[in-house]
Amino acid sequence: MSSYLLSLLSYAGINIILVASLNLINGYTGMFSLGHAGFMAVGAYTSAWITNWAMFNHPTWMLFWFPVSLLSGAITAGGVGFLVGLPSLRLKGDYLAVVTLGIGEIIRVCILNFEPLGGARGMSDIPHLSSIIWVVIFGATILYLLWRLIHSPYGRSWMSLREDEIASQAMGVSSLRYKTTAFVWGAAFAGIAGGLFAHELRYLNPGIFDFNRSFEITLMLVLGGLGNFWGAVISASALTLLKEALKPLQEITRIDFRMIIYALVLISVMIIKAKWKWKRHERT
Amino acid sequence: MNALDIKNISLSFSGLKAITNLTLSIPQEKIYGLIGPNGAGKTSLFNILSGLYSPTQGDVMMLGKSILNKHPHELPRLGLARTFQNVRLFKKLTVEQNILVALDQKKEVDLKQKLKNYFYLLFSTRHFLSDEEELLGQANLILKEFDLQEHAQTLAQDLPYGLQKKCELARAYATGAQILLLDEPAAGLNPQETAVLSVLLRKLRDHSKLTLVLIEHDMKFVMGLCDQISVLDYGVKIAEGTPSQIQKNPIVQEAYLGKARSKDV
Repeated sequence: MSSYLLSLLSYAGINIILVASLNLINGYTGMFSLGHAGFMAVGAYTSAWITNWAMFNHPTWMLFWFPVSLLSGAITAGGVGFLVGLPSLRLKGDYLAVVTLGIGEIIRVCILNFEPLGGARGMSDIPHLSSIIWVVIFGATILYLLWRLIHSPYGRSWMSLREDEIASQAMGVSSLRYKTTAFVWGAAFAGIAGGLFAHELRYLNPGIFDFNRSFEITLMLVLGGLGNFWGAVISASALTLLKEALKPLQEITRIDFRMIIYALVLISVMIIKAKWKWKRHERT
Repeated sequence: MNALDIKNISLSFSGLKAITNLTLSIPQEKIYGLIGPNGAGKTSLFNILSGLYSPTQGDVMMLGKSILNKHPHELPRLGLARTFQNVRLFKKLTVEQNILVALDQKKEVDLKQKLKNYFYLLFSTRHFLSDEEELLGQANLILKEFDLQEHAQTLAQDLPYGLQKKCELARAYATGAQILLLDEPAAGLNPQETAVLSVLLRKLRDHSKLTLVLIEHDMKFVMGLCDQISVLDYGVKIAEGTPSQIQKNPIVQEAYLGKARSKDV
């Protein structure tokens, strides 16, 4: 396969990780987070910084340093998720959506003004360590972990919070603790996706992780179905490929038809979905 | 020791007094009825007991310990669980999962246990499955007790109303609490279902040694079932006693039926 196709598949895999991890927060726990790109950015910058350092000091050990950097990215992103989650997850619904949106932006602006990470110039010359193999390994592991988490006592408690928070608390579920746990797991997995992304694109810039990316992830999730495990996976890969497949159209016509068609596809899928009553099978 | 001692509770919502100086003692292993006209403060009292509201004054003791200022989620483990007036099941989970959510919270876990749980969950299928099997076994026993075993895999939202009520009761029972607060358990049930519920509640009192506090409007049901009854009106206790005492009480009759004008008598 051509390297173009392989890297396209890598991006699809990264989006699958992002959407599946957001599904844990939005789909299964019933929160509405709009700041997923922020956690992706934390993971991306952390792991890129570590591999840049390792490349300089231990260039022969990269096969070891790359997964370490990804895991560090996950831990940092999870830690940031914990710090911002603990105070803000007391909010519900629209309020939480606005706060998470703000968190994503705050993280981006912090990186933008942080010179050691390149600031607005971005971070370049990141070693090209990621490949489709790494994406598949990490993607499959994360999907497996998510699957196990969802089909466990934790998953049941998360879903009970989504269904009815007051009743859930009356049964002894500590809502803040479980919500934070879900948020931290989601953020950590997004951090790994960010690390893979950094080593695939080889260049980081705070602008990559703006609201549009958060929105794109949320959109893929909603299209695949909140709380629908495989639906989210399928929609993440389909939309990534569709967006790429429409690129030639833009080059030929010199008009950005791409987003128009993208939007039309989204609208029609939503309408069809509502008609087929897929909703019934979701969220179980 | 009383199951619940409610001492001088008052609750007001920005000026509106929902409960005024209410004192109740609820004995253990009895069925205790709370009746009163709409807006008498019965559900507000339940919301205080289950930690959703905090009273403006007064104290609540459960088995001798104050449960004021506890979070709602701490109460089931301390021994108090409730059902809701408008059924609040986890609609898109199965009946079995509804029960399991309550069972999951029963064990108090420290950090070490929690990390071990995570390890088993993520890496050791064998340990995890044996834990799950144990929980499923417990859930099955509860479902059998409440005669819901054939609906174990039904989504809660697909159950008929009567069974939803029953499922909610089973879920509260599954928390392992000794005191259950039941908010209108018989509302919307047909006479046959109400009779079955009476038998079930008596069984919970006699065999499982539970204390049941119930709010109810169905007088026949309340009078036949309860060991003791309190009547609330406008947030004040107006009568207390056995069902026969309550039935004869002129103040209660007045609250429910209005004052008889001397001319009509």
